[in-house]
Amino acid sequence: MKPHLWRFNGGLKLDGHKSMSMHEPVVEAGIPPHLVLPLQQHIGSPAEPIVKVGDTVLKNQMIAQASDYVSVPVHAPSSGKVVAIEEHVVPHPSGIKATCIIIETDGNDTSIEIDNTPVDYLNLEPSALRNIIREAGVVGLGGAGFPSFIKLNPGPDTKVETLILNGAECEPYITCDAMLMQDAPRKILDGLLIMRHALKAEQCIIAIEDNKATAHTMLVNALHKHESDFIKIIQIPTIYPAGGEKQLIKVVTGKEVPTHGLPVNIGVVCHNIATAAAIADAIHERQPLIERYITITGYGIKHPRNLKVRFGTPIEFLIQQSEPLNIQQCIMGGSMMGFELQDQTIPVIKTTNCILTKNHKYKAPAAMPCIRCGECVKVCPAQLLPQQLYWYARAKDFDKTQDYNLFDCIECGCCAYVCPSHIPLVQYYRFAKTEIWAQERDKQKSDAARERHEFRLFRLERKKAEDEERKRRKKELLKATAGDASAEEDKKKTAIEAAMARVKAKREQQNAHAANIDNLTDAQKKAIEEVEQRRIAARQKKQAAVKNKETSTS
Amino acid sequence: MLEAILVISLLSVVFGLLLGFAAVRFKVEGDPVVDKIDALLPQTQCGQCTYPGCRPYAEAIASGEAEINQCPPGGEAVIHALADLLDVDFKPLNEEHGEHSEQTVVVIDEQVCIGCTLCIQACPVDAILGAAKQMHTVITDECTGCDLCIPPCPVDCIYIVPVKDTLQTWKWPYPENQLENEVVS
Repeated sequence: MKPHLWRFNGGLKLDGHKSMSMHEPVVEAGIPPHLVLPLQQHIGSPAEPIVKVGDTVLKNQMIAQASDYVSVPVHAPSSGKVVAIEEHVVPHPSGIKATCIIIETDGNDTSIEIDNTPVDYLNLEPSALRNIIREAGVVGLGGAGFPSFIKLNPGPDTKVETLILNGAECEPYITCDAMLMQDAPRKILDGLLIMRHALKAEQCIIAIEDNKATAHTMLVNALHKHESDFIKIIQIPTIYPAGGEKQLIKVVTGKEVPTHGLPVNIGVVCHNIATAAAIADAIHERQPLIERYITITGYGIKHPRNLKVRFGTPIEFLIQQSEPLNIQQCIMGGSMMGFELQDQTIPVIKTTNCILTKNHKYKAPAAMPCIRCGECVKVCPAQLLPQQLYWYARAKDFDKTQDYNLFDCIECGCCAYVCPSHIPLVQYYRFAKTEIWAQERDKQKSDAARERHEFRLFRLERKKAEDEERKRRKKELLKATAGDASAEEDKKKTAIEAAMARVKAKREQQNAHAANIDNLTDAQKKAIEEVEQRRIAARQKKQAAVKNKETSTS
Repeated sequence: MLEAILVISLLSVVFGLLLGFAAVRFKVEGDPVVDKIDALLPQTQCGQCTYPGCRPYAEAIASGEAEINQCPPGGEAVIHALADLLDVDFKPLNEEHGEHSEQTVVVIDEQVCIGCTLCIQACPVDAILGAAKQMHTVITDECTGCDLCIPPCPVDCIYIVPVKDTLQTWKWPYPENQLENEVVS
């Protein structure tokens, strides 16, 4: 019985160019002389290196650990020596550099010992299960690279009805998921069972676009009979971008993810099929994520095909193996959403799914004014108004762009593809999005600065008040002690006075009792008087001299 | 006639009491317009507007004392926002106060720093860490790029560096559009 499917708005029927890279079987790309491993290969915070320059590392060894909740570790894809931890160009549209661990491989590919006793995941707590998946460095391999363990944690009160495995792979040229489904269907199903256990999901759906009939057949054949009760493998129409998470959920369940919401809000969780395979490896073989399937295709090489590539392998190493013909342009990702690579030393990372080589350089035709034809509205799979968004983004009216739900745009490029005026619409939306994020960051920063400034003013005020208080106290203390001192002085003074009075009294007493002047003759009295007179005169003379001296000096 | 006078005077008494009560009950501390203006300013506290910080500038704008185009760190974006808020016309940035430049921070050359603490006293957001005769350093995340610490430094060991783009902060450029530019020019 054919399952009932829904339809998302718009979308495009594109020429897939898929068969060109599916003729040859998947081969190992081998070990390049140098592996360049960016610390950030996922959404979230970059990992922190736990090796030093000069360290010898073995294959599968953890070389950088998660630094935050939204972060996963990085493992060494092969054995060798860490030769540098430095800035290197990473796969990003900006072409800017980020910190990478660079390993010079020794070619032996010696692995660390892995305890490969299979984990009995059915008897494991979902949190322990998630932890193993996190430690294995598993992120969403569909393109965004969100740490998978978080998406396997719906929260205590959330019920997951449907777990969808995304095998749509809607973007032209990319075939790595299709090849994986053909090569390892059982592994994908094993991964799905683990995810189902972690999420306690009621039903599981694997959705595959109907242009991948072989992949569909392989998966159906690999499905055990009892599993078909809760796992449905369905084919969906090939319409770009059916592989977008929200679009796929709409097609499969008929439900729409609310604006600013997550699929889990409507009881749906969506993972990529390659992520399921990586989780199966992590649980059953305790194998960390160190390699993946990558499509190398396009008209710039002789052997378009899929390769099993270790992370950190430079793009040029892959191109050399595929016999380059005349590469004019190199794109990471597909033809719709990919970005141009400026540098061929850029490494493959966890989220790389395709290297598209071109034998001619595409130059966008000059944009003409918008003629308001409305084609973009018809094709928009997010049911937005691309034309309105364009006007407001162009005018840098970011509030208005948000009123028109700019952040629901998935940057699929359908609007720009159909635009008869060749307006680079998606570029405007990307510009507006990053500009809004920057404004939000600035706002946070200025709020923090305001708080710090106000605290500083408060601190200075408080210090001033404290200083004044201290001064006042000191003054008071001085005053108090000064009062004590004067009292002491008074005491001393009175003591001195008392002593002087005592001396005087004593002298008077002595004078009173001086017997030697009692019985004197008149002559004697006279002589004494004369002496006394002279003494007074001499004293007066001396006083006068002192006075004279004082006046002359002054 | 008398009735009418009585009714009107009674009404005026009632409304007067009502207004008086409302004035006490719903009193707003501070000036809400100043808060709104202050929220738009970049909070670098650099003083290039000639006011000692963003809030004093906001107060000056609110009282009509200052123009809205005196904030170089905020640039045109802030002037637009202020013009919208206050419903006045946009004015280009007054060059007397400085030019709008990219976000910068300062770093201290720790080899040269003598630990004089003068920069610490100058920093409006307490973003410099150090003590007397100890090496100082700038907490880059907190630095607003106001450059107020540079003049007091006796050994000129503080440098302005532009903030480098990271994968998280990089912005897509505004799309270049040759044809439309030609039409405009």
